[in-house]
Amino acid sequence: MTPAPTGLYSDTIRARWRQPRFRGDLVGATAQAEDVNPLCGDRVRMMVRLRDGALDAVRFTGDSCAICTASADVTAELSEGRSVAEAARLTTEDVLAVLQADIRPTRMRCVTLPVSVLQKVLTP
Amino acid sequence: MTMDEKTRGDFPILDRIVNDHRLVYLDSAASSQRPRTVMEAMSQYYATSHANVHRSIHTLGEEATALYEAARDRVQRFIGAGAREEVVLTRGTTDGLNLVADALGRTLRAGDEILITDMEHHSNIVPWQMAARDRGVTIRSIPVRRDGALDLDAFERQLGPRTRVLAFAHVSNVLGTINPVAHLCARARRVGAVTVVDGAQAAPHLTLDMSALGCDFYVFSSHKMLGPTGIGVLWGRLRALEALEPTRGGGEMIKEVWIDHARWNDLPWRFEPGTPPIAEAVGLTAAIEYLEKLGMERVTEHERALARQAVEVLGAIPGVTVYGPPAGVDRGAVVSFSVDGLHPHDVAALLDQVGVAVRAGHHCAQPLMRSLGITGTARASFSVYSSHEDVSILAHALASLRTQL
Repeated sequence: MTPAPTGLYSDTIRARWRQPRFRGDLVGATAQAEDVNPLCGDRVRMMVRLRDGALDAVRFTGDSCAICTASADVTAELSEGRSVAEAARLTTEDVLAVLQADIRPTRMRCVTLPVSVLQKVLTP
Repeated sequence: MTMDEKTRGDFPILDRIVNDHRLVYLDSAASSQRPRTVMEAMSQYYATSHANVHRSIHTLGEEATALYEAARDRVQRFIGAGAREEVVLTRGTTDGLNLVADALGRTLRAGDEILITDMEHHSNIVPWQMAARDRGVTIRSIPVRRDGALDLDAFERQLGPRTRVLAFAHVSNVLGTINPVAHLCARARRVGAVTVVDGAQAAPHLTLDMSALGCDFYVFSSHKMLGPTGIGVLWGRLRALEALEPTRGGGEMIKEVWIDHARWNDLPWRFEPGTPPIAEAVGLTAAIEYLEKLGMERVTEHERALARQAVEVLGAIPGVTVYGPPAGVDRGAVVSFSVDGLHPHDVAALLDQVGVAVRAGHHCAQPLMRSLGITGTARASFSVYSSHEDVSILAHALASLRTQL
């Protein structure tokens, strides 16, 4: 069997799937939200600790595929330390720019789910 | 000559190259592929005979009507139905189940119970929820044992005088479990419950005989049995169908219409409002002809051998868990599995990289996934053109999968 081309699962996705940096419960979370991907049943919870109008800490938990897990990890990384207004402007494109993978239309929901859950956290 | 050697050339799509590999299509339980004869019959129909059915008094209208009604006769023989009036052509399994649930639901009262099972596809759950809603009707569900079989002791406890409907799959689309239809229906009849069987995963693979199954309604789709999408079958025992009020109105389903009321047409047209899927009916006829030429018993045997091989070789791969009935117990043409440390969608995406098409996810059976304690599985499923080599390629690809992510 030939190895899978790097296009579908980039090194970033592999690395973040194997060892996510922002996965886990967040002690003292001040806001959180959860949603599912109806296509596959994947579930992602984003937790945020707000301090002085900024996202002091961001963590995620859930049951998700490699792409969704990597997206959640990048979403947490890109939003942590930002002001609420800045974090609310985070888009799927920002996450895709970090993931550097050839995401097919059928898997795009795996990328967008964590971003949309974070938006739910910030604009309840 | 094996069945796949005999049939492969009839399915042009199997020549596809996917990601530089020969397509290995192991997703026939979601939708099978079609032989050339089905496509040709449909395009021939459009090229020579298309018109609307039943009301067009001209040559094309008569030809189209004859072809459409011939599909009904073909289905009747294929499933061993007692009369052509018992065969309603629908848009598919989901449509048929909704039709029955909607019509039966209107006869239910507060305190009544609908009994389903934990292994149902969402299309045999949600329509019953809709039927029960606002009526004070309770839905109960038969649990599934660890070996993939229904818990028949629990079934006996759950079945009672309040049970008005028993609805269940003939073959599980996830586990492949073949449920004891005749036994379940006989028990249900003793308490006066109407029985509804989802045959979506059985009709393409097993010899069907409605008189032997003993259910009141049986529902399946064309597109899983080599036929076109957009058409399916609802078989109803004559008395059971007659007891149902149609819930969808329009042309063709009436005898006479006044401004404030109407009189229903005879069976089966009473349940077929509007212009039906005519070309699809022609395609369904061709699909049944194809299956009957192969012989359904030989089809069953071929696919059973593939399922047996898959259970054996996938189960032997370290880190792979196979679900459903244990080796040695007959199952339908599906084998669900998971790979330790990998999400089912990633399994499917990595297999696709080498041309292997499997289904992954919850398979529209979330309650079953919950009872198994998992979010999803990957699933390989077979049809007449599937081969032992296909299963070997899948196994080979799976064995090296865990190192790739």
